[in-house]
Amino acid sequence: MGKAKVKRASTSIDMTAMCDVSFLLLTFFVLTATARQPEVLVVDTPQSTSPEKLPDDGLGIISVADGKIFFGMKNPNVRELTLKNISQKYSVNFSAEEYEKFKQLDEFGVPVRNLRQLLSLPNDQRTESIQPGIPVDSTETASNELYSWVQEARRATIEFNRSREGEKGFVDPGPMKVAIKADAEEKYPAINLIIETLRNQKQNKFSFVTGLRQDN
Amino acid sequence: MAELNQDSGKGNKGGKVRAKKAGGKVDLTAMVDLAFLLITFFMLTTSLNTPQAMDVAMPDKNKMDQNDNLEIADNRSITLLLGSDNKISWYYGQLAKPIYPPTTIDYGKEGVRQILLRMQKEVPQRAGGKDLIVVIRPSEKSVQRNLVDILDEMRIVDVKRYMISKINSDEIEVLKSEGLFND
Repeated sequence: MGKAKVKRASTSIDMTAMCDVSFLLLTFFVLTATARQPEVLVVDTPQSTSPEKLPDDGLGIISVADGKIFFGMKNPNVRELTLKNISQKYSVNFSAEEYEKFKQLDEFGVPVRNLRQLLSLPNDQRTESIQPGIPVDSTETASNELYSWVQEARRATIEFNRSREGEKGFVDPGPMKVAIKADAEEKYPAINLIIETLRNQKQNKFSFVTGLRQDN
Repeated sequence: MAELNQDSGKGNKGGKVRAKKAGGKVDLTAMVDLAFLLITFFMLTTSLNTPQAMDVAMPDKNKMDQNDNLEIADNRSITLLLGSDNKISWYYGQLAKPIYPPTTIDYGKEGVRQILLRMQKEVPQRAGGKDLIVVIRPSEKSVQRNLVDILDEMRIVDVKRYMISKINSDEIEVLKSEGLFND
């Protein structure tokens, strides 16, 4: 009669599969995470429970904080076309190199006549403190530079979409959307000036950029 | 937790010198720990990164006639005057002869939302089935957060008709008298 042997369960678990899966997931998240460029103008947006996300393309963002207005376009090709239109309108000439630099510029806050100077600086010197903001007023003339920027950006978006019409599988994403990214503590008159600027060119629809609030 | 290396130390004393087996098992616990930590980090940052968009539509601007104002029935509209210090003053009807005179309220669940929910029921009864219209008038002392909060309330309460319009001097007087016009 042999003694019943108590089987000893092994203490070590094979982790190879687990390790494989976790690294696969890790790789996925690292690759999908878009590196966010440090924004020049730091904006602390208010929060809302709105479920809509901001679109990634075909968007112009007007940032407002401390009374300074910055403008940025998402699409580098649209940026280039916009600058071409602006250069005509304000009779400021840009070199090919400056166009290339402008294509890399996420947002800026200088009057058109100071734009070349801004582009001549290296990336890390284009800080908020040296950028006074884009001039804006209640008119529709050239003195309201934000009006021109938004208008030319909208035109450039249409132009760009039209140039891609022949491409295979191209679906027209429609006109440019405008988003206002304003600081939570920004007083209403500054916001109102932007809203009126947009309304003056019949851009009656726009979005406010907000953070996400869980509870309502 | 970590695998114990059992044949370390005295195991080799005296006995046959065993050739150490190459390969075998590598302890992956620490590696898996690290991988999951990183996964958690990237998951959280990617979902928190994308900002939300709150869509706003303004009416078409009539440049020919600045006084082209839409007439709204008095008993359908409530007006929210956004003042300073995160407070609102609201009234029902026209300011000259209000159905409910201006009252100060707060933002959020307990303040403006209760009023909106109440008026959403009350207005159709008074106006013969027509729904509530909310007029939002931000004063120059209100901040962007106030406007976003109010628009958010409109979405939560599901007010179908609302508009953002310009505040007039009488209404600023109301805010002043209620002490909601401070810097």
